[in-house]
Amino acid sequence: MTTDTPSTPLAPAGPLLARLRASLPGRILVRVLSAVVLLWAVATIVFFLQHLVPGDPALAILGGAAANPPPDAVAAVRAQYGFDQPLLVQYGHFLGGLLHGDLGDSYTMKEPVVAIIAEQIVPTLQLTAASLAIAWAIAIASTLLSAGRPGLLARIGSGLEVVLAALPDFWLGVVLLVVFAVTLRWLPVVDGGPAGLVLPALTLGVPLGGFLAQVTRDEFDAASRQPFVLSALSRGARLGDVRRRHILRHAALPGIALSGWGLGSLISGAVVVEVIFSRQGIGQVLVTAVTSQDLPLVIGVTFVVALVYVIANILTDIAAVAVDPRLRSSIGDAS
Amino acid sequence: MSALITAENLSVAFDGTEVVHDVSLSLRPGSCLGIVGESGSGKSVTARSLLGLNGERASVTATRLEAGVDLLRATPAELRSLRGRRIGYVLQDALVSLDPLRRVGAEIAEALRVHGTPRGEREGRVHELLAAAGVPEPELRARQLPSELSGGLRQRALIAAALALDPEVLIADEPTTALDVTVQTQILSLLEASLAEGRAIILISHDLAVVERLADEVLVMKDGRVVEQGPTSQVLSRPQDPYTRRLLAAVPSARSRGSRLSDVPPLELSARDRSALRSRPAADGPLLEVEDVSKRYRGPDGRERTVVRDVSFALEAGETLGIVGESGSGKSTTAQIALGLTEPSAGRALLDGQAWSGIPERLRRPRRRRISMVPQDPLGSFDPRWDVGRIIADAIPAEEAPAGEAPSPRGGRWGRLFRGAGSRGPSERVVELLEAVGLGEGYARRHPLSLSGGQRQRVAIARALATAPEILVLDEPVSALDVSIQAQVLDLLADLQKALGTAHLFISHDLGVVHHVSDRVLVMQDGQVVEQGTADDVFFRPRHPYTRELVDALPHPTLQETA
Repeated sequence: MTTDTPSTPLAPAGPLLARLRASLPGRILVRVLSAVVLLWAVATIVFFLQHLVPGDPALAILGGAAANPPPDAVAAVRAQYGFDQPLLVQYGHFLGGLLHGDLGDSYTMKEPVVAIIAEQIVPTLQLTAASLAIAWAIAIASTLLSAGRPGLLARIGSGLEVVLAALPDFWLGVVLLVVFAVTLRWLPVVDGGPAGLVLPALTLGVPLGGFLAQVTRDEFDAASRQPFVLSALSRGARLGDVRRRHILRHAALPGIALSGWGLGSLISGAVVVEVIFSRQGIGQVLVTAVTSQDLPLVIGVTFVVALVYVIANILTDIAAVAVDPRLRSSIGDAS
Repeated sequence: MSALITAENLSVAFDGTEVVHDVSLSLRPGSCLGIVGESGSGKSVTARSLLGLNGERASVTATRLEAGVDLLRATPAELRSLRGRRIGYVLQDALVSLDPLRRVGAEIAEALRVHGTPRGEREGRVHELLAAAGVPEPELRARQLPSELSGGLRQRALIAAALALDPEVLIADEPTTALDVTVQTQILSLLEASLAEGRAIILISHDLAVVERLADEVLVMKDGRVVEQGPTSQVLSRPQDPYTRRLLAAVPSARSRGSRLSDVPPLELSARDRSALRSRPAADGPLLEVEDVSKRYRGPDGRERTVVRDVSFALEAGETLGIVGESGSGKSTTAQIALGLTEPSAGRALLDGQAWSGIPERLRRPRRRRISMVPQDPLGSFDPRWDVGRIIADAIPAEEAPAGEAPSPRGGRWGRLFRGAGSRGPSERVVELLEAVGLGEGYARRHPLSLSGGQRQRVAIARALATAPEILVLDEPVSALDVSIQAQVLDLLADLQKALGTAHLFISHDLGVVHHVSDRVLVMQDGQVVEQGTADDVFFRPRHPYTRELVDALPHPTLQETA
């Protein structure tokens, strides 16, 4: 074959990968393997980046440069943590620990990183899940109420989405806090319970909702021009019914694909929101860890965020298959 | 018995622009009314008015518009109970009229659901309906997605959905367009059977032959007006209106060979154009030889599929070789092999007796100019940001473009970005090419999106001629065009071939078109050539059963005799 053969839909792919992808277990295996490679890459990059940052980790362990520890104490810590060994050896130890699910001990808190994260990840996951649910509720409501409607309604809806999408979360958080918690006193300022989740989740969910709504609306408009819509109407279906049963499903697809990315961005957004609302969470932990040069904790948090990303993307893929059965049957045909 | 549907002086306007003017029609029980016209003639808009489906932007006026209820005064609920229950509507474009995300069965069940069939009875009824529409294995098909069904099965499923509540009237909008000819016949038989059961049908089509087979009465529409109306046999055999006559004359067939289809006068090429564009075969003997070529692809599942198997043919200078076959028969892959764009898995292609396949692109590139292609969808092959002048100039071989007028001088790119392409004016060569395809110099500055389908195809032909090729590969060049535009493009191709002596490899699914243009014909089925010979031999005296099936499927009885 010459190299300039035009691309054909049936062009042979790499034989091993193609054979693996042809069956459902094979697909899952490929998926898991690529996730493992991704996590390894994340861990490696963070490990080496942190070692490029100036500063002595031994000082960090001893309470920072301001603590001014004696030189022999610093040397003892160096030997104890293996900082005097070559970087590659340290990297080897780090990877070995990773394989056992051991992310090391935090320099500042003197506790296992895994334990710290396990304690702090739950509030953050609650926050991001609630935010994503709010975002989708906004996107679906705005689309169903205003997309494809004649006249002013569609324009108002679309304009509102742009405004929502453009709201910076640190600003929105402060405004919500002042209005609902301080002035109106409807909701608590700081609370670990469900009521305390409302404002932080709105802060993160509203801008993402505006963004998802814009994507969903575009697709909704495109899908409502498809002949199958007219076809359904010609059978006597109500317009509202067709919008919900036919068009919305098409419109949701790009938003679902973006939700994996959205979840990731919510976790980074959680850093700001957790500080504003003084919530517990992984964002708070990351901020303190970075400022105090707590290397194992930084790596641990980054690693866990990457893990959440990977899981989120797998979940979005599953959601996409649930909504778009064409994906399911292409697997079924091949297996 | 009174009419099922009556429209008197129906007019439809969108945003103040009237697109249907004063149409009157009536549909008697058990009869079939055909509405014929080209795209933009208002046939579909007329049909949708009968269901109140023209959308909120439309304003519909009529002195009378009734289909069981007064459509001008019907409430939304009355309209909904009319749709599906009294009038079934089969939408144009079966391939996209079923929701691609829902099971076929769910689409049909929807009609039952909205009209109140209890949930438990729906599934069984769906299977009955699919079976009645001639869908094999209805239980399996109901669970499948539209994308897993062939075009013919999708059309049957759509018809099944339209007939779900046994409506008195079926409106079928272009029910056979985009289907293969043998599948077309099956769908027409299905509609015939429905008619025989006593259902009334409104059949909308651009294809006179399809309408002729079913309709008792026919309405010819042009630009939103009815130009002629009457019993089908009378309208088609003794057309009164000049437009109907032109339309009938434009249908290519065996009988139209060698004569002109359109009333556009033959193209006069200037001596200069003729000498610039004339093809100059390098040697005697066949220009292009394809010897026992096969093409196999490995699918994503690892299975190997043979899409072309042992195909051989030779193309002589100045002749037209037609390749006819249904979708999936390997026509386009054969064309790609002829163009040197796809490497055959076995066999070889020769251009002027020298290797054309199995050689590196470096050796092929200098000879590419001798063989050009006209695609089915020219728009997709144009850069939408380029004007016509640049599209054509781009195809002119660099060494021939006069200095300073080369299609893409490196320094001029930024200038072009700000001033717009072609601000220097089209080169002489571009003007020659535009004139050769019957477009004036003025078209050089137009953009492809602002051109009609026929004009786009002319631009594609001009671009293909830019290298003065000996061979033109035409892959379904007229199948997206209305019949009168198709006639003009076919006439243009015939004029050009006569003046320039180019050989044509003409690929089409349309037997009439192939018979009209071809000297010799290849019939392909499942990647193989099942029959070849002169056009008259193949179509008048078919030997292979498949060719016979194709010829029999032509729904042309009186058209063949009178046109």
